[in-house]
Amino acid sequence: MSNPDIIKIAILAVGGQGGGVLTGWVVALAEANGWRVQSTAVAGVAQRTGATIYYVEMCPMGPRAPVLALAPAAGDVDILIAAELMEAGRAVLRGFVTPDRTTLIASTHRIHAVSEKIVPGDGQAPDERIFAAMERSAKRVIAEDFQRIAVQAGSVISASLFGALARAEVLPFPRRSFVDVVRGSGRSAEASFRAFEAALTDDREEIEVAATGQLPPAGPESLVTAWAALEARMSALPAPVQQMATTGLRHVVDFQDLPYGEDYLDRLDRFVALDEGTFELSVTAAKYLANAMVYDDVVRVADLKTRRARFARVRADMRLGASDVAHITEFMHPRIEEACGTLPAPLGAWIEARPQLAGWLDRRINKGRKVRTSGLFWFAVLYVVAGLKRWRRSTYRHRIETKHLDNWMDLALTTASEDRPLAAEILACRRLIKGYSDTRTRGESKFDAVLRALPLLKDRRDAADVLHRLREAALQDEHGNALEAELEGLGSAKAAS
Amino acid sequence: MAERSFAKEVQDLRIGAGQEFRGEGILAITKALLECGVGYVGGYQGAPVSHLIDVLSYAEDILNDLGIHFEANASEAAAAAMLAGSVNYPIRGAVTFKGPVGANVAADALANLSSGGVMGGAMVILGEDYGEGSSIMQERTHAFATKSQLWLLDPRPNLPSIVKTVRDGFELSEASNTPVILQVRIRACHVYGSFTARDNQRPPVTVRDALEEPQRRTERITLPPFTYRHEMEKVTERMPAASRFIEERELNERFGGDGEIGIIVQGGIYNGVIRALQRLELADAYGESDVPLYVLNVTYPLVDTEVLAFCSGKRAVLIVEEGQPAYIEDAIAALLYRHQASCVLVGKGPLPIAGEYTGTVLMDGVTGFLREHGEDLLPQGHRETNGHVTETTDPELEHTVPIRPPGFCTGCPERPIFAATKLVEENLGPHHIAGDIGCHLFSILPPFEIGSTTMGYGLGPASAAALSAKGARRSISFIGDGGLWHNGLTSSIGNAVYNESDNVIVVVDNFYSAATGGQDVPSSRADNTSRSTHHPIADAVRGLGVRWVREIDRTYDVNRLKNLLTEALTTEETGPKVIIASSECMLNKQRRERPLRNDAIKSGERVVVPRFGVDEDVCTGDHACMRLSGCPSLSVKTLDDPLRDDPVAAIDESCVGCGNCGEVADAAVLCPSFHRVDVVHNPRPWDRFASRVSDLCIGSLQRWRDRRRLVFEERG
Repeated sequence: MSNPDIIKIAILAVGGQGGGVLTGWVVALAEANGWRVQSTAVAGVAQRTGATIYYVEMCPMGPRAPVLALAPAAGDVDILIAAELMEAGRAVLRGFVTPDRTTLIASTHRIHAVSEKIVPGDGQAPDERIFAAMERSAKRVIAEDFQRIAVQAGSVISASLFGALARAEVLPFPRRSFVDVVRGSGRSAEASFRAFEAALTDDREEIEVAATGQLPPAGPESLVTAWAALEARMSALPAPVQQMATTGLRHVVDFQDLPYGEDYLDRLDRFVALDEGTFELSVTAAKYLANAMVYDDVVRVADLKTRRARFARVRADMRLGASDVAHITEFMHPRIEEACGTLPAPLGAWIEARPQLAGWLDRRINKGRKVRTSGLFWFAVLYVVAGLKRWRRSTYRHRIETKHLDNWMDLALTTASEDRPLAAEILACRRLIKGYSDTRTRGESKFDAVLRALPLLKDRRDAADVLHRLREAALQDEHGNALEAELEGLGSAKAAS
Repeated sequence: MAERSFAKEVQDLRIGAGQEFRGEGILAITKALLECGVGYVGGYQGAPVSHLIDVLSYAEDILNDLGIHFEANASEAAAAAMLAGSVNYPIRGAVTFKGPVGANVAADALANLSSGGVMGGAMVILGEDYGEGSSIMQERTHAFATKSQLWLLDPRPNLPSIVKTVRDGFELSEASNTPVILQVRIRACHVYGSFTARDNQRPPVTVRDALEEPQRRTERITLPPFTYRHEMEKVTERMPAASRFIEERELNERFGGDGEIGIIVQGGIYNGVIRALQRLELADAYGESDVPLYVLNVTYPLVDTEVLAFCSGKRAVLIVEEGQPAYIEDAIAALLYRHQASCVLVGKGPLPIAGEYTGTVLMDGVTGFLREHGEDLLPQGHRETNGHVTETTDPELEHTVPIRPPGFCTGCPERPIFAATKLVEENLGPHHIAGDIGCHLFSILPPFEIGSTTMGYGLGPASAAALSAKGARRSISFIGDGGLWHNGLTSSIGNAVYNESDNVIVVVDNFYSAATGGQDVPSSRADNTSRSTHHPIADAVRGLGVRWVREIDRTYDVNRLKNLLTEALTTEETGPKVIIASSECMLNKQRRERPLRNDAIKSGERVVVPRFGVDEDVCTGDHACMRLSGCPSLSVKTLDDPLRDDPVAAIDESCVGCGNCGEVADAAVLCPSFHRVDVVHNPRPWDRFASRVSDLCIGSLQRWRDRRRLVFEERG
C-alpha cells in the first residue's frame, strides 16, 4: 500500500502560553517547504489557563489529499512539544510519548497548578518523577528551561520552543526556513528571533548551579571580632550540627544582635548535651530554635523592608537598570495586636487586658495602609520603627514569644531524656506556626492540637512517627480537616486499647 | 471587540472561482455560505463556533456588498427564530450556535420552524461541543433532529467536504422544505486546511426585496388545523423527498469496494477510523481502504435502501457512532431486523458506550471488532494485544501530574469578587450560592470553591428561586453580563422581582461575553460601529423594578465588595438585592492596551507600569494569599535556605499589576510581604530629580545603619 510518511506533532501547553502561535509557525514551515499540512486546536474556555493540545500532521505533497487525523492518538506521535514540565508528564500519561518513535521537546519550568499552590505546606509535585518518566518513555528527550530562555530574550516560550524544534532536526526542513518563518512573524519578530536563536544551541553556562554560600558578615571592627568569638563556639559543637547552627546563628544575630545569638547557642547547647550519634535532635533544634527566636514583629518587617539588599532585590526582580525610575508601595495592615506587641511589655499587657480600650484603639489603627517606601517620608517612618530593635527585648511581643518558646523547648527537653526522636518531632512542629494575624492564629491552634496529642502517644514506640504524621496532616489543608481526621483515629485507637 | 481578530483572514472571503482558500474550518464555512448566495446570517457565540460569529462581524463590509443581512442575535432562540425569513420567501438563511445547549435554547423556534417547513434553504451551523475541550454537559444534538424532524448533516472533517456539505445542505433543505443542521465537531471547527473556492453569489432574492413584497401562507403557520397536516407532511412528503435527494446526489459515501465485513461511520468520525485502519495497514494515506466503509455525511434521516445495500452479503458490520444514546445503531438494528438481514451488527461493545471517540479509542475499537469478525485481515502484530500500550508508564505518575482545569486568567477582575465572597462567608457563615454560565463559574473550583449549581445560561438567580424564605439566611447567586442579556434579565431578574425574592444577585460585568471570546453585549463600554452598546445594566434592572441596586466600578476593591455583600445580606430592604460588579475582562483589556502602551513607551511618552512583588524574607510560606487568589502569576518558589521547610510566594513577569494581591492582603489582613512596583518609563526630569534625591537620602540612611551592625550576605 502506498504510504507516504505522515509526520505527527502534538503540542501540549497551558492556555495562554501561545501554543497557537507555535502551531501557526509549524504550519507555515511545512507550507513553505511545499508540504501538505493540517492543524487543529481547541479554542475557547478550554484555553483559559487550562491544559490544552494543539495537533499538526504533515506529509509531502502527493497526487491526492491524504486523510489526516484531527487529534493525537496514544503510540502515534512523532514529535511531542510540551510547553511546561507537568504537561510533559501528562503527555507521557496519555501515551503520546513512546520509545519507538517520539522525540520529546519539553520545557522544564513549572507553572504550578492551583492544587499545588493552596496547600499550607509544600504541595509542589515532584519533578524527578516526571524527568524519569520522560527518559523512560521517549525515543529522545530535549529538555531545558525554554521559558527562561525566552524571557531572557524578551520574548515568549513559543519562540524558544520553535528553536528547540529546529535544533532537534527531526523535521526534514532546512534551518534556513525555520529562520524565515520567525523573521516573518511580524510585530515582535526581532525578540522572537533572539529567543529562537538562544534555544538553537544547548551549550549554556548554567546560571542555577552558581555556588551559593555564606560570606563572613561585614560591619564595624568590634562587632566582627565579637562575631568571630561567637563563631568559635561552633567548633565546640558536634560536626553534624555545625552547619545548621551557623546558619541559625547568622539568622538570629541578623534579627537582633550578638547577645541574642549567644542566647541561641546556649539554648542549643542544652539539646546537644542530651544528644549523640547523628545528632538529629540537635540539628532539628538548631533549625527550629532559630526560626522560633526570629519572629515577625513590626520591627522585623520594617527592618527587612528598609534594607539596602531588599531595594536591590526588588530592582533586580523588575529587571531595572541603575537609571530607571521606580516607586515601591507596601501594603500594610497593622492591628492593635501589632501595636501592643511593639510597646513595653507592661503597657502592652495593660492595654490588651482592657478590651474596650483595645477595641477603641484598634478602630483607629486597624486599616489598610499603602505606604511608599521608595519615598523619603514613609521610608523614614519604617526606618525609625526598625530602629526600635534595641528595645525589642522589653516589648510585649518579645515576652509572649519567649514564653511560648520556653514552654515548647522545655517540653522537647523533658521528652528528649526518654524519647529523642519524639523530641525532635516536637521541635519540628514549629513549622506549623507561620503567617500573620488569622493565618498565624490558625497555625498556632494546629501547633497546640498536634502537641495536645502527646499524652495519647505515651510509651508508644512509634510515637515520633505518629507525631510526624500528625504534623504532615496539619500541613495538608487550611482548616486542619486532615489533622482532625488523624486525631480522631488516634483517639479511638487509644480508647480501644 | 472580539478576543481574536479576523480582520486579515476575512479578506480571503473575497477570492473567486479556482483560487485556493486556506484557513480554519469556520472561515471555510463562511466562504461556502457566500458561495451559496445566502440572504441572511446570524447566530449566537459559543465554543466551538464563537469564532464564526467573530468572522461574520469582521466580514460585515463583504456581507453588505453582497446585500446579505447579518444579525448578532441576542440568544440561540433569537437566532433560530430568525430562520423564519426562509418560510415564505425563497431566501437562503444560515444561523450558528453551539450544541446541544444552544439547541436547547433554540428548541422552541426550531420545532415551530420544522413544523411549517421552509421555502428557502434554512441551515443551522451547529458546533457540537462534545469531548475534549468541551465546557458543557455531554449530550448529543442528534435528538433535536429526530424529534423535530430536521435533517442532520455530519460531513467528513476536511475543508472540501465541509464546504460541499454546506452547498448540498441548502439544496437538500429546499428539495424537502425542511431546515437542516450542519454539525461540526470542536476540532473540525478549528481544523486548518484548504479548498478550491468558487465565486461569491448575491442572493437572487434579498431580504430587502422580501420587505418590499411581503408574502404569507396561512397553512405554513403552526396552528391547528395546519399542525396536523404538517406532521403528516413530514413523514409522507418531506422525509421521502430528503431520502431521494440524499440517494440521487450521493451525499453519503462508499469507500473500499466489497468485503465480508464493513464499517458504517458518521462523517465527522471518518478520519479517526481511517487513521486506525492506516495503523492496522488496512488503509493507505489517501483513505484507500481494504475494509468497505459507508460514511454517513447525513446522519438523519438514514437512507434505508443504502443501508440495506451496504449490509447485504456482509458477515458483520461495525457502527461507529460517537456518544449516546446510540440513535443510529438502534435505527439500523431495527431496519435490519425488519428485513431479516443476516449480518451481525456491532457498535457499542468493541467501542465504548459513552465518551469521545479519540484516536486511541477508535484504534482499540476497530482492532477489537476485527479480532472478533475479521481476524484474517489483521496483520500479525495486532491479532493478540493492542499495538500501542506503553508499559513504560509509572503508575505513580497519575497521582503526580496535577489536573489543570481552565480557571481565571492573570489579573481577572472576577477573582476579587469571589475573594470578597469567601471573606464575607468567613464572617457571616456559609450561604447557598448559585452559579451561572460564564468564566465566573470557575469560582466552583479551588481556591474559591464557591457555588453549588449551574442550571444554564442566565439562569443563576432563577436556579436559587426555590431556596428563598422570608427572614431566612439569604442565598447569593451570580450571573454574568453575557447571561443577563441572553435571557437572565427576564428569567432571573424579572422572576426575582415578580416573586418578591429577598435574595442577593451579583451581576459579574466584564464588559463582554468573555467566556466565548469577548464579543460585545448591549452593556459593553466599547464603541461598536455596527452595534448599539453602552446600555447600563443598572438601568435595565431598575426598569424591571429592582429597588436595591449597588454598582461598583472597580471589582479589585475587595473591601468595598465585602461591605456591599454584607449590606445586601443583612439589609432590611425587601425585594432582590442586585450588586453590579464591573471591571473589564483583563484578557481583552491587555489585548487593547498593551500595544498602545508599548507604542507610547517607544514614542517617548511618560508611562507608569505597575507590577506586584513579594518580599521572600517577609513571606512565611503559609500560602494564605494563594488560597484567596489562584492567579497564574502568583505562585510558589523554593528558597535555597536550610531554615525553610515550605516554598514562599513569588510573582512572575506575567503579572499585569491588577492590584488583587495587595487588596486581598489588606482585606484579609494577610501579611506585609506584598509590594507594588510602579516602573516609570521615559521619566521626566522632575521624576529623575525627585528619585535621585530620595535615593541619596535613603542610601545614606541605609549605609549609616549598615556601619553600625553586622550585614550578612549570601554568595551567588
